[in-house]
Amino acid sequence: MSTDLFFDGNAVAGELRNVFCNDVTAAEGECAACGKIAPLAEGRVYAFAPGIVIRCSACGQPLLRLVNADSRLWLDIRGLVYLQFRSL
Amino acid sequence: MAGTALLGRLVWYVATVAERRQETETAWTLALTVPNWPGHEAGQHVDVRLRAQDGYTAVRSYSIANAAQGEHLEITIEQLPDGEVSPYLAQTIAIGDALELRGPVGGWFVWRPASNDPVQLFAGGSGVVPLMAMVRTRALSSVRPPFHLTYSVRAPESIIYAPELRQRATRDEGLSITYAYTRTTPPGWPTSPHRVDAALISETAFPSSKNPISFVCGPTPFVEAVANLLAHAGYDSSRIKTERFGPTGGTQ
Repeated sequence: MSTDLFFDGNAVAGELRNVFCNDVTAAEGECAACGKIAPLAEGRVYAFAPGIVIRCSACGQPLLRLVNADSRLWLDIRGLVYLQFRSL
Repeated sequence: MAGTALLGRLVWYVATVAERRQETETAWTLALTVPNWPGHEAGQHVDVRLRAQDGYTAVRSYSIANAAQGEHLEITIEQLPDGEVSPYLAQTIAIGDALELRGPVGGWFVWRPASNDPVQLFAGGSGVVPLMAMVRTRALSSVRPPFHLTYSVRAPESIIYAPELRQRATRDEGLSITYAYTRTTPPGWPTSPHRVDAALISETAFPSSKNPISFVCGPTPFVEAVANLLAHAGYDSSRIKTERFGPTGGTQ
């Protein structure tokens, strides 16, 4: 894999923006595995292809998975208890 | 803008390269003209899309380097030896060439000139780019809180924006800059090469009682080391914003 990538949630703001129509990276989420509460921007992004996985910066469990395949977009957010947005 | 209303989907803009500037041996700034660019905040990114003739596309996220100025947008690219996109942007692309980009994106690692709380910036290598956008935005703003930039570089010749930083250190009132050289220092430098450490932070950072906001950007090991140092020094962790890039275990 090429190395000219960002490796945190800030880097995938563009992809997520096109799903949520808003900036999700500044939203605080609670990790379903360990309870850490942090902005998605602080999560770790481990790979771009074939999708995006954001993992908790504290325990490493997946918070969010997004895959584009076969003209469908799959979003798995079972690793998040909630997302809290400010002043929408 | 961000956080106040639904932003909607992103659109791709066609940017044109207006100028190329070599910053260091491996870093170039591309000044772009982006018709209809909506403006941006300091610390935000753009996604750059390159398309090969066979239809293969590659998208990469780059920090915006300049303060918002109409249709003018600057990104600074550090060329990575095994990069797929950065060698093209650094070496091959020419003035007048077109580039697709979308943005601005990211609402977390952003400094808004709205508060007078002091700001401390910690840059590791090319992590200086979004922090430079903050320094430049501050200079154009009527709100100019105290800023301190701590810039960790391998050697004097690795400093991106070196002439501008030299000028700003004397001209921008309330801005101070500390360099940490990790491999080679300038001649006559008072210390031997070292990384950002607890001593440097206690000497140069704003006291935690001033409630500064901290922005830390660089390779993952640098960001984690500095964020831990700040937390141990008693800074409120909710006011330490980080942005990591590069492979985990990368060099500083």
